[in-house]
Amino acid sequence: MMQQKLHVTLLTGRTIEQGVGKEYGKSSHQYYDACSMVYMDAGDMQKLGVKHGSNVLVTTPNGSVVLKAVKHPRGSMSGMIYIPYGPWANSIVSNTTNSIGMPSFKGTPATVEAAPDQPILSMKELLKKEFGR
Amino acid sequence: MSVINAVTCPICGCLCDDIEVTVVNNEVVKVKNGCAVCEAKYMGYKSEHRIRQPLIRKDGKFVPVPMKEAIHKAAEILANANYPILYGWSSTNCEAQRVGVELAEEVGGVLDNTAVVCHGPSLMGTQEVGIPTSTLGQIRHRADLIIYWGCDPWSAHPRHLERYTSFTKGRFEDSEWKSYLNKVKAAAGRKKVLSATRVAPKQQRATVAEEVVFNKPPETLQKEGRKLIVIDVRKSMTAEVADYFIKVEPNKDYELMQAIRALVKEQELDVDQVAGVPVEYIKEVVDALVNCNFGIIFFGMGLTQSAGKFRNIEVAISLTRDLNLRTKFLIMPMRGHFNVSGANIVFAWQSGYAFGVDFSLGYPRYNPGETTSMDILLRGESDAALVIASDPGATFPKRAIQNLVKHPLIVIDPHMNPTAMLGDVVFPSAFVGIEVEGTAYRMDNVPLPLKKVVEPPEGILSDEVLLKNILEEVRSIKAQKAKKAEVV
Repeated sequence: MMQQKLHVTLLTGRTIEQGVGKEYGKSSHQYYDACSMVYMDAGDMQKLGVKHGSNVLVTTPNGSVVLKAVKHPRGSMSGMIYIPYGPWANSIVSNTTNSIGMPSFKGTPATVEAAPDQPILSMKELLKKEFGR
Repeated sequence: MSVINAVTCPICGCLCDDIEVTVVNNEVVKVKNGCAVCEAKYMGYKSEHRIRQPLIRKDGKFVPVPMKEAIHKAAEILANANYPILYGWSSTNCEAQRVGVELAEEVGGVLDNTAVVCHGPSLMGTQEVGIPTSTLGQIRHRADLIIYWGCDPWSAHPRHLERYTSFTKGRFEDSEWKSYLNKVKAAAGRKKVLSATRVAPKQQRATVAEEVVFNKPPETLQKEGRKLIVIDVRKSMTAEVADYFIKVEPNKDYELMQAIRALVKEQELDVDQVAGVPVEYIKEVVDALVNCNFGIIFFGMGLTQSAGKFRNIEVAISLTRDLNLRTKFLIMPMRGHFNVSGANIVFAWQSGYAFGVDFSLGYPRYNPGETTSMDILLRGESDAALVIASDPGATFPKRAIQNLVKHPLIVIDPHMNPTAMLGDVVFPSAFVGIEVEGTAYRMDNVPLPLKKVVEPPEGILSDEVLLKNILEEVRSIKAQKAKKAEVV
């Protein structure tokens, strides 16, 4: 049965495409393509009725962000989503540092829902929205 | 045209020093031996994303200004601030980092590097229990069991396997590249046979489902020669090439490591599975660990950024120590930025502490959670910031950046990155390792020389020179202030 909202564990991390984009230039379209996306499990995408390449809204207690859903290419990662490091991921990651300086970038709860009509913000739009500059 | 050999790549902690760069008319046109990220950097350094001149934000917009004016403005901000943060330092050379320590002490600020969101917990874990480690050369020549735990070198350190571990030929251990290729060929062959025999769709689905179930460790895990184990919460690119991939449940690495420790000490576990991994499989992995001749655990953000954080590292190091009672085992963090190790070393040698150093009381203080830049920003305690050779705008949580941009922000970077876009005073700088030479520390704390292969664009200074100019200006502003106070 199709679900409206899926509860998942949020992971953020490196991908080779993000690495190439960040070194080429963070204003580049390579960086935008590499970071404004989310890897999802094929089964989870089916549950939400989301197709490879369509937009989803990821929400945590710290905020929401619209990202492009991409099918995780290797094995199952049911119940998890993976967003490459970047301003898009940072607009929703946890602030909790457990008093040691390191925020919980991995393993925090989030929800995902289909958002086919909502646009993915560009870097400039995202910075304007979050920080007013 | 000139071809420059043995160039050290200024990107990740691998610091590959076998890059060949072709330069025509003071421009890099070709890079050989590097990975995809290396090529992107050498081709992207001259791109349109480069900052060409100093900028100051006036009425919400960037206005180009002369270098002198920008230096004065930055120095004024730092000299007048009560509690400035000086953050970054990981993508520059040790020479610039050294000036950074002097500047932080002069302005009574907090000096912090990117380790705080990277391997800060590893440094804390090391401070708790020490670390049995070595240089990468030892591992290349001797390691016969390689574990990547919570890291994906094929994405973040693309040549790590090729230069230092599984796919390199060492003096005592062979490369596994050929056997990996054979494995790939065999898998492709099986696929062909399957499609040729036209298996019914129902059976095909069953084959896919089998992959989801936890696989038994292969017999090759107990073989002679190099073995590769990857432990991660999802099947990463590195997991694809591993002899055995262990899929651990998120936030449960600590439990799995403690279970392995118990089994290494020949204790019995009274559960069927730990962190989603069947105990009988963990036992086979432990057999491989204690029977190897020279093992190494490389670990990454999977341990430092998930639940447990520095306690994960502490227990990973303790596991290594336990394994050393049975065989030879080492452990090493997979450092990210090319000179984050250098930043830790320079800060520690100058101030006594590797990151999160607070000079506000006139002497260096270190208390993670209190003096770390992330916590200071989340609490909104700082009143100015200088960010150099890093990009918190793309690496810090939203609330930290919201507090960062509430106060004057000085940014020094070659590229217009998110932090620079949010800055108040933005300086262009020369690319270290391309336009500026210097020293950088590899992930195993071996210092290597960085080469200058082209001249920087006219008028663009190196981080070191720029910081020296700012420091000089800060001192002159403070001297003037002191003079005025005397007259009053």
